[in-house]
Amino acid sequence: MSEPPLLEVRELVKHYRLPRERLLAPPPLVRAVQGLSFTLQAGRSLGVVGESGSGKSTLARLVMALEPPTSGEVRLDGQDLNALTPAALRAAREKLQMVFQDPYGSLDPRRTILQTVSEPLRVLHGAPLAEQRERAAEVLDAVGLRSSDLAKYPHEFSGGQRQRIAIARALITQPRLIVADEPVSALDVSVQAQVLNLMQDLQDKFGLALLFISHDLAVVDMVCDEVIVLYQGRIVERGEPDTLFHRAAHPYTRALLQAVPRLQPGAARAPRRAPLQAPGSARPGEGCVFAPRCSFATERCHVERPLLREAGAGHVRHEAACHLAERVAALPGGDG
Amino acid sequence: MTALLEVTDLRVTLRTARGPADALRDVSFAMQRGDTVGLIGESGCGKSITALALMGLLPEGARVAGSIRFAGQELTSLDEDSLCALRGARIGMIFQEPMTALNPLHPIGRQIAEPLHLHQGLSAAAARAEALRLLQRVQLPQAEKRLDAYPHQMSGGQRQRVVIAIALACGPDLLIADEPTTALDVTIQREVLDLIAELVAEDGMGLLLISHDLGVMAETVQRMLVMYGGTVVESGPTAEVFRHLAHPYTRGLFAARPRLGMARGTRLATIPGRVPELADLPLGCPFAERCAFVAEDCRRALPPPVAVGPRHQARCIRLDAMAKAADE
Repeated sequence: MSEPPLLEVRELVKHYRLPRERLLAPPPLVRAVQGLSFTLQAGRSLGVVGESGSGKSTLARLVMALEPPTSGEVRLDGQDLNALTPAALRAAREKLQMVFQDPYGSLDPRRTILQTVSEPLRVLHGAPLAEQRERAAEVLDAVGLRSSDLAKYPHEFSGGQRQRIAIARALITQPRLIVADEPVSALDVSVQAQVLNLMQDLQDKFGLALLFISHDLAVVDMVCDEVIVLYQGRIVERGEPDTLFHRAAHPYTRALLQAVPRLQPGAARAPRRAPLQAPGSARPGEGCVFAPRCSFATERCHVERPLLREAGAGHVRHEAACHLAERVAALPGGDG
Repeated sequence: MTALLEVTDLRVTLRTARGPADALRDVSFAMQRGDTVGLIGESGCGKSITALALMGLLPEGARVAGSIRFAGQELTSLDEDSLCALRGARIGMIFQEPMTALNPLHPIGRQIAEPLHLHQGLSAAAARAEALRLLQRVQLPQAEKRLDAYPHQMSGGQRQRVVIAIALACGPDLLIADEPTTALDVTIQREVLDLIAELVAEDGMGLLLISHDLGVMAETVQRMLVMYGGTVVESGPTAEVFRHLAHPYTRGLFAARPRLGMARGTRLATIPGRVPELADLPLGCPFAERCAFVAEDCRRALPPPVAVGPRHQARCIRLDAMAKAADE
């Protein structure tokens, strides 16, 4: 860990102001991201897990500098992306590419694959056409498509192939970090497997760092060196996937793991509980954000917010934001 | 005893830009009240077309051959009015995306009351009272206050509960749920699946659950049908299908699924190639192009269902070759 990190996120906060509900009422505030800090080394992969509203897509947009944070920093190679001039930010974007969830929405239907894949080169360098074509053919080859596909349009490809094209577009600038927001969740299982294998191969081949956002724990487990679990814009647990999924120390991580359907037919269903209280009902500023849904919550959890702290045996990094982390981690069957 | 639903040699031909395409071929299955049956497959395999055919909601110009009998009544020859009387009354449906299934302009109480009013002729007040009871039954928190709420004021899981309440309103005999939890978070998915399973058990209806998720199938249905290329390639009791994975496609589907505990760097087994387009389905086995066990005969005609065990069949003529390969 002596090398400086490729990506460093410090105390990142993003609030969105919604339209006023009434003329004189203050506009409601959505605290999408509430103080995230983490680092990512070159060539490593970090998984971000959470449900809708956990802030994971906001985090992706902030890391990509697609919008400014309310406060906090996103540093790439030591440079604060939000302190850069527009020209310098554009140059920095060469190192930073994104793959989106929906391979149908993320490709322009009226552009050929060549135009789509080579666009970053045109925009960043104004590269000559011959070079654009040559590089585009190279990256298409890297993702398992043919250079004869360059003249085709997106509608001629299946979902999995489109996601390969989106990955090729991300690779063409030879980036050091790829932010992938749910890159396989729109794909069928058999195609998803092909794209996941490809992403791992490319990561090894090009030494890419990967910020991998997903709601699917099994996918994250397979792809990532480290995982952070987000809940309402905060990190509630972080660690290596193996530790995290076998000795989950935060009740929310446990709830996520237990909710994953098992491949055991006829496994006895747990008796049904009352529906969990909808998230967002906790008053901000007090107590643990998960306490209203938590079956372990004590009086202390409702009044004192737990901070992210060491929760493991010590030899591997494993942190959880829970007053009862040791008790929770000691429970049997973290992976169900 | 008459089966609740009996589908025999169902064939659906859709009109496409490239000519007629067989979206379904030789689909047959039967279920009783109280049965829970799952249709699993990837996009384009025909599982949603099957549901639409059952509901009589196929797109314009679709041709249907074969038979769909619901409680003894043939549906394929039924006129639109009689189908309307069945849909929502005796067959309830839960859709994938609750936001599009609900009307954004009407309060949810009114949307639940609509089928009660339409099919059972309840008065406005009686329908509203019944709507409240249904909302309580699907365990929507603060149901009384929510009767006049609009869909946008609810979370995805709450909206799906409302959709379930509408489907249950007239006490259907058959509930068709098409990917009911795909748009939901995993913890909410668990709650909604539990709710559906409990309601089905209480009312003794038949459940036809459509999903692409093997885990959802394993936990929810007694019997499953694996669909590929517009036909059922394997069918049987869920536990048997999971134990034998008789058809090469079923086997491929299982191997491709990432599982918790796979080490970083594990390569998933993939199925080479891609799902065939419905417009150019091959004459023979639709999986032949992607299958490691393919033989010349596979391409000649659609393989017949071959018995694997009691009530367990696979449309594959190479089961012996697969078993031999597995032994070696």
